[in-house]
Amino acid sequence: MTMLLSLIIGLGLFFAIGWSSRLAMHAVAPAQHKPIYRDMPLTAAFGIAVILIYVLVATLAPLIAPFGEGEVVGDQYLPWAAPYHLGTDKLGRDMLTRLIYGARNTVGIAFATTALAFVVGSILGIWAALQGGWVDQVLSRFVDALMAIPALIFSLLLLTIFGTSVLTLILVIAAVDATRVYRLARSVSQGIVVMDYIEAARLRGEGTWRLIRREILPNAMAPLVAEFGLRFCFVFLAISALSFLGLGIKPPTADWGSMVRENATLITFGDITPLLPAGAIALLTVAVNFVVDWQLHRASGLKE
Amino acid sequence: MTDIWRMIARRLLLGLLTLFVISLVIFGATELLPGDLARELLGQSATEETLAALREQLGLNDPAPVRYWNWLTGVLQGDFGVSMATQKPISELVGARLGNTLFLALYAAALSVPLSLLLGVLAALWRNSIFDRASNAMALTSISFPEFFVAYILVLFLAQTGIFPSMVRITAATTFGDRIYMAFLPALTLTLVVTAHMMRMTRAAIINLLASPYIEMARLKGMSPLRVVLRHAVPNALAPIINVVALNLAYLITGVVVVEVVFVYPGLGQLMVDAVTNRDIAVVQAIALIFAAAYVLLNLIADVLSTITNPRLMHRR
Repeated sequence: MTMLLSLIIGLGLFFAIGWSSRLAMHAVAPAQHKPIYRDMPLTAAFGIAVILIYVLVATLAPLIAPFGEGEVVGDQYLPWAAPYHLGTDKLGRDMLTRLIYGARNTVGIAFATTALAFVVGSILGIWAALQGGWVDQVLSRFVDALMAIPALIFSLLLLTIFGTSVLTLILVIAAVDATRVYRLARSVSQGIVVMDYIEAARLRGEGTWRLIRREILPNAMAPLVAEFGLRFCFVFLAISALSFLGLGIKPPTADWGSMVRENATLITFGDITPLLPAGAIALLTVAVNFVVDWQLHRASGLKE
Repeated sequence: MTDIWRMIARRLLLGLLTLFVISLVIFGATELLPGDLARELLGQSATEETLAALREQLGLNDPAPVRYWNWLTGVLQGDFGVSMATQKPISELVGARLGNTLFLALYAAALSVPLSLLLGVLAALWRNSIFDRASNAMALTSISFPEFFVAYILVLFLAQTGIFPSMVRITAATTFGDRIYMAFLPALTLTLVVTAHMMRMTRAAIINLLASPYIEMARLKGMSPLRVVLRHAVPNALAPIINVVALNLAYLITGVVVVEVVFVYPGLGQLMVDAVTNRDIAVVQAIALIFAAAYVLLNLIADVLSTITNPRLMHRR
């Protein structure tokens, strides 16, 4: 019964948020972009609204949170009652506060990692496509070898060697994901480097760096942006999984993956508190996926 | 027939080559560390004697190629070395757990593959219906869920009421029936995580074919839509479907790590996480190699199977 009720409430919220955010975007958008927002699916509108809420919470975390990030405010595992609206965790820290700071830490670290993977992966990929020959061969075969090992397993191996800290976590995940970005960037720019205008730019005497930045990158942007969204989801899930395993972001830093791990025992007593951080991860990934799906659909020009 | 065997032999050779490169990467990764591996593993407070002992045990005094050769020949004979944390032979630690992990992965595959193929065919048959749209949204959602979220939801609804155990205690004496019963929740978690993707790809593979003229011909003959899909579309869609199934089974290999930790399942994933926490590099290398080998093998099988289902792939030049 409660399951059905929560399902109905969830669906209702989904339509309400999706609908109102579509209306809002339609109202705010400049005139020439209005049709895009009028036809956008509810899922995408919902996704954009959710992402905006996350960004807002992450940036304003210290203002919204009722307590300090690592502050012990009461007994451990208190039930949901004011002033601890979502109860407290196993050390007596306020759950709501930790959730809010988690938005900043988990999402921030995942974003930084994805950005790093993108800068490294796409520059190397475009460079390989531009140079061709042995540079391309060496880099590509090397990346192939790395990609033959499942991503999570390879990250675990690297974390064993370099130790587990936030910095190594970012570098390791970025390195593993950069191989995937490299593949995409290389295959996209291989179609671009054979164009006449690249030939012309080369004859003009443009250097490699300028060719990458000014000639190829702007034309390879659309698929790379869509990939950025997807990649972010993978990175986000990977970091959460590693934190959940106790190998990623460590306490006292508030992080959703390790929060699930710390409070998991509550589940067996029927308390859903540990599901909240896990749900926060799931909701953001769903939202990003919805938006990416819409963008890909729009870019492919499919009308079904 | 000889063509098929020649093709399989070629793929096997390629697979072996890939495995060799993987073993190089897994072994060579330790060389990336600037400075001394022994000191890095034991920390700054380690004494000279313990450092020397660890170096001796890891064979760090030999040059890297010699160590690699010793490691590789050992692995080929089933000897993975000795765990630093427990001082037991790694093959002993891995042995029983490998069986458990394989059991869980096969269990999940047995649940998810038929289910996703069935749902995929239905979605293709009733495309753009409510069922199709709902399944699309569900697929996107389930791809986005972290495994531990799915696992704990299942624990909340199925284990808390006492229907299924939330912890898996498997010993050598556990009967097959009990194993099926106890491993149900982990297997169901993995199933839920991979089914949606396989189902969507099955649907896409079939729908791609539905636009082709021979399908239209079959329709014009007055065939029922179900027969058109099953008899005409599915056989030609097998190659992409097999590849997606293999991709997802390969995904099961990594997904297993998190799920095993949630359900305290005595498998390789759990062992690997413990080994990473203890920085037990020899164990991590051994398990990484086993997982990677399974991954390569799956891709190899998928490659061979999808080539066999499509004669055109056999004769490409």
